[in-house]
Amino acid sequence: MIRFAAIRLIEIAVVLVLLSFAIYVLIGLMPGDPIDLMRSADPHMTAADIAHLKAVYGLDRPLLARYLAWATGALAGNLGYSRLFAEPVLTALLPRLGNSLVLMGSSFVLALLIALVLGSLAARRPGSRLDEAINLLCFAGVSLPTFWLALVLILVFAAGLGWLPASGVATAGIGGLGDRLRHLVLPVATLTAASVGGYTRYVRAAMLEALAQDHIRTARAKGASEVRIIVHHALRGALVPVTTILALSFGSLVSGALVTETMFAYPGMGKLIFDAVMGNDYNLALAGLLLAAVVTMAANLAADLAYGWLDPRVTYR
Amino acid sequence: MPVRGARRRGAGRRSAAALGSALALLAALSHPADAAAHDMLTIGITQFPATLNPDIDAMAAKSYVLGMAVRPFTVYDAGWRLDCLLCTRLPTIANGLAMPIALKDGKKGIDLTYTIRPDAKWGDGVPVTTDDVVFTYRVGRNPQSAVTAADLYRHITKIDVKDKHTFTLHLDKLTFDYAAIDDFVLLPAHLERAAFADPAQYRIRSRYNTDPTNPGLYDGPYRISQVATGSYIVLTRNPYWAGPPPHFRRITVRAIENTAALEANLLSSTIDMVAGELGPPLDEALAFERQHGSQFDMIYKPGLIFEHVDLNLARPALADRRVREALLLGSDRAAISQSLFAGRQPVADSFMSPLDSGYTKDIPHYRYDPVKAKALLEAAGWHAAGGGIRRNAAGQPLSFVLKTTAGDHTRELVEQVLQSEWRQIGVDIRIKNEPARVLFGDSLPHRDFDMAMYAWISAPDSVPRSIFDSTEIPDAANGYSGQNDTGFKSAEMDRLIEATETELDPAKRKALWAAMQRLYAIQLPSLPLYFRSNVFILPKWLKGVAPTGNQYPTTLWITDWQPQ
Repeated sequence: MIRFAAIRLIEIAVVLVLLSFAIYVLIGLMPGDPIDLMRSADPHMTAADIAHLKAVYGLDRPLLARYLAWATGALAGNLGYSRLFAEPVLTALLPRLGNSLVLMGSSFVLALLIALVLGSLAARRPGSRLDEAINLLCFAGVSLPTFWLALVLILVFAAGLGWLPASGVATAGIGGLGDRLRHLVLPVATLTAASVGGYTRYVRAAMLEALAQDHIRTARAKGASEVRIIVHHALRGALVPVTTILALSFGSLVSGALVTETMFAYPGMGKLIFDAVMGNDYNLALAGLLLAAVVTMAANLAADLAYGWLDPRVTYR
Repeated sequence: MPVRGARRRGAGRRSAAALGSALALLAALSHPADAAAHDMLTIGITQFPATLNPDIDAMAAKSYVLGMAVRPFTVYDAGWRLDCLLCTRLPTIANGLAMPIALKDGKKGIDLTYTIRPDAKWGDGVPVTTDDVVFTYRVGRNPQSAVTAADLYRHITKIDVKDKHTFTLHLDKLTFDYAAIDDFVLLPAHLERAAFADPAQYRIRSRYNTDPTNPGLYDGPYRISQVATGSYIVLTRNPYWAGPPPHFRRITVRAIENTAALEANLLSSTIDMVAGELGPPLDEALAFERQHGSQFDMIYKPGLIFEHVDLNLARPALADRRVREALLLGSDRAAISQSLFAGRQPVADSFMSPLDSGYTKDIPHYRYDPVKAKALLEAAGWHAAGGGIRRNAAGQPLSFVLKTTAGDHTRELVEQVLQSEWRQIGVDIRIKNEPARVLFGDSLPHRDFDMAMYAWISAPDSVPRSIFDSTEIPDAANGYSGQNDTGFKSAEMDRLIEATETELDPAKRKALWAAMQRLYAIQLPSLPLYFRSNVFILPKWLKGVAPTGNQYPTTLWITDWQPQ
């Protein structure tokens, strides 16, 4: 298992190097660098001004040279300076990473808990009215556009009833725990509604397969209660395929949710990465995207290791 | 069974009660008691400033926020008069504070003497002095500091300091708007000098970036006291402000990029008002007014945002003036303005706003006339052919690609109307929109377009040198600088631009302006569409917000804002 983990870690490192190069080059090849945009806004800029600003921002050097300079700095722990936010990359990134972890983590846990309950209930009696009702809810959740759901929630709970704030992380000048929690309710509800349907379908499918196993029939024959059968016998087996799906979802914890963050003016990683890419902020975009990649790959490694615990038949080579 | 059922109902009631209590608690928390007192104001805008340094990076959101915290020397007010904010008197030739001078190369320059208001202080109590003037000049002149208004600093050849408050700028260029030095925004030398020790690092080390809540960075009625990057900025009163006292104890500027969410925030009282400078597009604002207009004061302010369609004159078909005129005659701009914008955005006949002092009505006007448009196209050699698209003698179709900024709902609507109307006169339009960074950063400067719809934003009486002068056509030789993206070349326009810029007599200048507009309206290097309006959505209790219609934000006059 240690050898397996070591090999996977080396693979992750190689993928990160390749990924960082690909991202840097792709952003660099996008038309319109920051100085081009400045030029369009300032009619008085001369050719010399443009050349000079490109030199100041390091945009006059070849793309490969810029990448190597960035990579050297990154290896020394210096992720560079964000041009868009006028601050070091880590300073720009860390608060948003925290916000995203809270937002995405809350909705992830909530959606997972709801999905485990609903998926198990639906799988218990496939084709029943309850199963059909849960399926309908799942499809509704998957089908509803996030921006529309967010807007409806804002209009009902913030504009209509006035119960909850419509946007932001905290009220300016207040910002206590209660205030922050109130600001989380609507975005978490939006994200949970959007993701719970998919998770529930995965859990249902996995539970259906698990409940058809011989050892479940044996447990039933021995007179075990339905709750015990589901929780102690079926769920563990069902979690193996679900874990794969969850591991793949982990990257979103740090890559954020662009639409939800935009609708609720919630400063998270999704909006940060989008703005960085669109604004040609190489350093910030790279850091954000690589972080998401690292977490996704690390979560997949963790999932691979978890299989062994969930299913003793799994071995590592 | 009945018992279990009763227990379930009881549990449901308890859950409902718990939920009700929770919601009641949330409701109580969601309306802090002091929010209703109107001594605080929350403003919604659609952008968050990248930096708060007044001299680096031009950005509407930054101008809006700094309007409350920083005093430029000069600005154009809501009446479009040049006004002194930080100085005591505008220099004029009549009052002797402006003195034209002859330069060695035979050109004319001017010496301008300004006096800083003696009671002006930074937010930490340090007086604003000529030390700050000299320091700001040093920063602006240094090519490594990445200051945006490099052109202004290039023309200031020297500064003579008379005393702590009075100084003279020596400019190597004499223009009619010589007294306007609004881009010369002071930096506090006592705080920024250390950050400027390495000029190449100044844009990074400036305390506006590293310590933006330092009160000494601001000399306006307010100072920035809290910055939640990407989310909101809080401003509180500057205790050292010596001007009229501002009413609001605290102002929060909250960035909400999505305009639908911005409106929902307004309805939920999360924000009190939406700033017109960075608010929703007109069609959304009109829809909002229909539903909720009675709850707010809605101000529509047309201004200097000139929407037009640039025509690439390097394309043979568009190089023919008759084709350009036919395109304008074939578009019903009055109907577009009426149906899409409820007539709130006036149709443009030239690049100059009716609000500008140099504006004239005495130019050719093009009303919708598809019959005449077809006749012009026939005369230009584009004849009706199969499929409804005209072709020339070589069989080439009269077809163009029209670009605009992708995702701009209003422009996309106008694009579709134009496409349909031009189809009626036999012109094929293919729409290919691009993200703003691609359109402005690549396609326009490289002149990689047939037609491009976007806006020019100018200052009052702004001479259109960069967009019409033949030396301003972007190409590889000039590093793609200049904004004459159409490639318009006219010796007469070049002459008028030069003459207008240097003509000090207002009457003669007005005649030059009129000639320039006439030439534009005859030549039509671009198709004028309309002047865009900014929409301000204000609470009924707020008075004193006076939209300028020019590039200066309403927040510069924040001390006039009062609750009623």
